[in-house]
Amino acid sequence: MHEWALAEAVIATASQLADKERLREVTEVKIKVGELQQVEQRVLRFALQQLKTVKFKKTRFRIETAKAKLKCRSCGHQWFFRKEKLDENTAEAIHFVPEIAHTYIKCPKCNSPDFEILEGRGIWLESVKGVR
Amino acid sequence: MADPRIGIISERLKGIRSIIAVSSGKGGVGKSLVASALALSLVKKGYRVGLFDLDFTSPSTHIILGIEDVKPKEEKGIVPPRVHGLEYMSIVYYSGDYASPLRGADVSNALIELLSITRWGNLDFLVLDMPPGIGDATLDLIRLIKRVRFLIVTTPSRLAFETVKKLASLLEGLKIPVVGVVENMKMSRHKSIRRQVERMGTAFLGEIPYDTEVEESIGNVDKLLGTTFAEKVEEIASKI
Repeated sequence: MHEWALAEAVIATASQLADKERLREVTEVKIKVGELQQVEQRVLRFALQQLKTVKFKKTRFRIETAKAKLKCRSCGHQWFFRKEKLDENTAEAIHFVPEIAHTYIKCPKCNSPDFEILEGRGIWLESVKGVR
Repeated sequence: MADPRIGIISERLKGIRSIIAVSSGKGGVGKSLVASALALSLVKKGYRVGLFDLDFTSPSTHIILGIEDVKPKEEKGIVPPRVHGLEYMSIVYYSGDYASPLRGADVSNALIELLSITRWGNLDFLVLDMPPGIGDATLDLIRLIKRVRFLIVTTPSRLAFETVKKLASLLEGLKIPVVGVVENMKMSRHKSIRRQVERMGTAFLGEIPYDTEVEESIGNVDKLLGTTFAEKVEEIASKI
């Protein structure tokens, strides 16, 4: 239920942004979820529904997944993260702290752990729309 | 547009009365030992205490405290396990015995992630074992936790103290409270560090003599608490 903590963060930040924009009602919240963190969308959506406040009563939560693209800083090779290649414990560790990927994942070309997560790391709030 | 994790950090820490970052300008001054002994001393005094090892690339408090085979509980986030009477959190739960080669941006991200998902509950003190220097973790902490206070550890060496002066001056410039400076591994009666700290307008919290028994007590909390080192840290704990 790590997704619950992330959903709380989404609601808290979306509320702050809505207040800043003086939105009376939030109609849409667009969230991007990186594949590296392996967030279960079903659980995240459920948590968002449970946690939403009055302002989010009619909100449509749009969740998009972004592929996790990694780039080796040593040889420049780029590749996509694939969960299937990891054992259960490693996948779980990366789920909680995506940076742990540097502990277990190496560049498939040169074996360096020094890579950059170009996109698809964790959770990101893309937009908050509503009526004033 | 926005990183949602940032907005929840203050909520996660709202049940904590005092947050103390045990810091130093340089490595090897005994910061992790002071942080661990300080957390244990506060538990001994009856406080509710958390210890968070923020030295992500070289964590060591789990070795000092002999912590093995425990994991945080998943409950709407993660709840640190209670070990030796304190709520203990470290990246080693996830990295195990393997190296975590993290660059600055990764350290920041891991710090934000753990601060946003860890549920500490109600604590009197949260002790943070910081990585050495004025790097990403220190700057992020200042940015993310507005009410953090720093406890700075030095040794009698000029090499350590020169970096302490830089750290203290940075914190002063940013108006971040410094609880005081601790002089660890003291081997002489010289009062030079005490005098310089007081001249800086910072509290001098105490001297800890170089204690050869400390190394022998690593991994054994009862033994550690029986050392002169721990006795001195306990005196310091009453001043924070």
